[in-house]
Amino acid sequence: MNRFAALLDRLAYEPRRNAKLRLIMDYFRHTPDPERGYALAAMTHALMFKEAKPGLIRGLAEERTDPELFRMSYHYVGDLAETVALIWPAPGHESVAPASPETPPIGHNNPPPHVPTLTEVVETLATTSKSDLPAKVAGWLDALDETGRWALLKLITRELRVGVSARLAKTAVAQLGGIEPDEVELIWHGLEAPYEDLFAWVEGRGPKPESGNPAPFRPPMLSHPLEEEDFEKLDAADFLAEWKWDGIRLQAVSGHDSHGRPVRRIYSRTGEDVSRAFPDLVEALNFEGAIDGELLIVRDGLVQSFNVLQQRLNRKAVTPKLIAEFPAHLRVYDVLTEGAEDLRDLPFAERRKRLEALVARLGDPRIDLSPMVPFRTWEDLAAARANPASAGAGPDADAIEGCMVKRASSPYLPGRPKGYWYKWKRDPYLVDAVMMYGQRGHGKRSSFYSDYTFGVWREGPNGEELVPVGKAYHGFTDEELVKLDRYVRNHTVKRFGPVREVEYGKDRGLVLEVAFEGLQRSTRHKSGVAMRFPRISRIRWDKPAAEADRIETLEKILERGEKEIHPLKEQET
Amino acid sequence: MALRSTDVLTQTPQGLYCPLGDFHIDPVRPVKRALITHGHSDHARSGHNAVLATGETLRIMDVRYGEDFAGRKQEAPLGESMRLGDVSVRFTPAGHVLGSAQISIEAGGTRVVVSGDYKRAEDPTCLPYELVPCDVFITEATFGLPVFRHPDARAEIRKLLESVALFPERTHILGAYALGKAQRVMALLREEGYDRPIHLHGAMERLTEFYKSEGISLGATPKVMASERSKLAGAIVICPPSSMQDLWSRRFPDPVTCFASGWMRVRARARQKGVELPLVISDHSDWDDLCRTIRETGAGEVWVTHGQEDALVHWCTTHGIKARPLHMLGYGDEGEAEDAPQSGGEA
Repeated sequence: MNRFAALLDRLAYEPRRNAKLRLIMDYFRHTPDPERGYALAAMTHALMFKEAKPGLIRGLAEERTDPELFRMSYHYVGDLAETVALIWPAPGHESVAPASPETPPIGHNNPPPHVPTLTEVVETLATTSKSDLPAKVAGWLDALDETGRWALLKLITRELRVGVSARLAKTAVAQLGGIEPDEVELIWHGLEAPYEDLFAWVEGRGPKPESGNPAPFRPPMLSHPLEEEDFEKLDAADFLAEWKWDGIRLQAVSGHDSHGRPVRRIYSRTGEDVSRAFPDLVEALNFEGAIDGELLIVRDGLVQSFNVLQQRLNRKAVTPKLIAEFPAHLRVYDVLTEGAEDLRDLPFAERRKRLEALVARLGDPRIDLSPMVPFRTWEDLAAARANPASAGAGPDADAIEGCMVKRASSPYLPGRPKGYWYKWKRDPYLVDAVMMYGQRGHGKRSSFYSDYTFGVWREGPNGEELVPVGKAYHGFTDEELVKLDRYVRNHTVKRFGPVREVEYGKDRGLVLEVAFEGLQRSTRHKSGVAMRFPRISRIRWDKPAAEADRIETLEKILERGEKEIHPLKEQET
Repeated sequence: MALRSTDVLTQTPQGLYCPLGDFHIDPVRPVKRALITHGHSDHARSGHNAVLATGETLRIMDVRYGEDFAGRKQEAPLGESMRLGDVSVRFTPAGHVLGSAQISIEAGGTRVVVSGDYKRAEDPTCLPYELVPCDVFITEATFGLPVFRHPDARAEIRKLLESVALFPERTHILGAYALGKAQRVMALLREEGYDRPIHLHGAMERLTEFYKSEGISLGATPKVMASERSKLAGAIVICPPSSMQDLWSRRFPDPVTCFASGWMRVRARARQKGVELPLVISDHSDWDDLCRTIRETGAGEVWVTHGQEDALVHWCTTHGIKARPLHMLGYGDEGEAEDAPQSGGEA
């Protein structure tokens, strides 16, 4: 457990992906089976046990500590698991214990507590009853040090949060043996913790594990953004186009296990099994094969906006009411397998025909085709992209964020291969805002003020004021970052830890042109709006702060929905 | 009749004052006569008429402020009682930094110990803390919350060395306070077998040379030249905390930001400062040692000067010891203006 705790501790502070990868690989290299396998399971959210509730942990701490000292400590640290990890007193430890004569000090001749391995913790959690759990956890806490206790508490509450995706952990395993991460992905869902067969394979000590999974995840094919200069090189006749729907990319797989029982799974783009969140969609998977599509919410035949979709996501309990109000819908793009047949080597145009036939056979309103957008020249497509409503999308145009342009001959390849698929996104909204705060970045940018909070004008109780509407930390070049950093340092009026407030007002301040994908109402923001994907598109060194946009501009975008493609750009020119 | 503790020591705007001996201890403003516990700039200020301190502390003040930092300087030999007015005064090692001392004052059968900043953990760069039984114990509480338990400093140093081994193409930039912490880290690195040069930010140089001149071996500690920053892949570089992520650190190859401080125990603190490798190494007592020390002195009364006073006062009270917070201002802000944690810097 101590090595695993040390790994989590390092990962939690390390912002760089490659450094994280190296830390995980180093751990795998120096940790034996089955311990490292359970660590892999923890990082890929594959551990099967009922998580401990915060109440249990708080209860344990309150039995052992003076309530006033605990209160002050929790107030200072701000995180329950961390507070308990730090304050946890060894048995008989007097400096934290409540000063009560009823707590007899425990003798010093007891043997030192046994430090559990991660394997022991995981195996015990899987078999321990709810009533025995507190005593078990207390025993482990006694044996571990501060970092060990922190890791244990994060593990058992399923709140690891060390910035490691399942994909990154699998990549680390793959790189142990110089294997492509997608190869691990392909067999992943047939494997179980502690993955001894997987480690044996990547280390060249055993055969490639069979994917015993009747409904495995296959890494999806991704696209590149289409740049202005690409059009000259690409012949429109070689390509097909369809809408880019503003939902969540999913893979739906349906098969049969060895007893002939149906197995249906829905995976996220990264291979996470999200079937439990969409029982209504799972029910509709009456086919044998794997299809690729976009999750949308469709009400009365109309695709709802991403804002509506968000209300269906991240809910712990999927109630019948939620399903009725936010019915899940799959709009399909591609078919990967059908029956025992792997279609991924076929050209896109042929797969599309197979897909059309499959969807027609299904005849389920919850699963439909993403329609193709006919075009002859790039100009045709540009026109369609600028006005999807009149190019066939009709009232669903609100949920379209551009076009997908796919080479008709493209096979279905995992990852982001070059030259096959392109996304041609709708132009973003633009707004001129005034920089209000700069914050230090992370990793390579930790010496730069690289995250900027910006605001627009509004009529406040004391006259015109700037109200923050968002924060952006990309969109600028490295040279621009150096200039922005210098600007923040030279115009600081207040400092709050890593944040600096800069000068702003009618007659001073820096205007930033901010591009964003959409807006939604938010009660968490002072301005009442939240931006999707804001980034700095231009630094307006020339523009006086007084001429920046007003909150009414954003209000108008909200009211109009996302019907117009680039309203602000038109306004400006 | 035994004296009341407040006859021996009282609180004035300048700091703690002994009326019977007519002197201040660690005054924050210029006074006639100052007794100084250790050389950190929040305790040892210049401009007093007369200063009494250990030889090391006086020499540290020479280095920091120039030799004319006070009208008169007098060395206090450790462990020897001296008469000052109507009281007897004795300096005893406090284990905080080189030259640090506790000051005990005795009058009419009452002994008051002003501990200054102190630690019980081992430190190769200074004399270990010595317990002085007393009636009134005056303590700091920089880490006066039970969440602060400092681990073994050597294990933290090994964490740094493991990281250097794993990322040989990156520079490890370690923030450490210029007096005490930096030299302790260097000495610990040497004890753990690290024998390559330890590169220093210019601000570290004078005090490190001073430690060496006092007979503490720290090995090769070259100053980092501006032109060679980009060539220090795989090296350990020690700098003041304020330089860790400033413009100065940019030229190093893909630096790993490390910080040696007791504050690093709390994750939000480390994250807020953008630290990637926090090392929990402190020159102060942790919670357990604060409580243990109070008990061991046998003091019936405890005054808490600065830090997290409330929790320590609460602990004393629940353990039958009279205690009061002094809420003294001006301590805990040794020279780390920009990036000091809100409630104290020198840690």
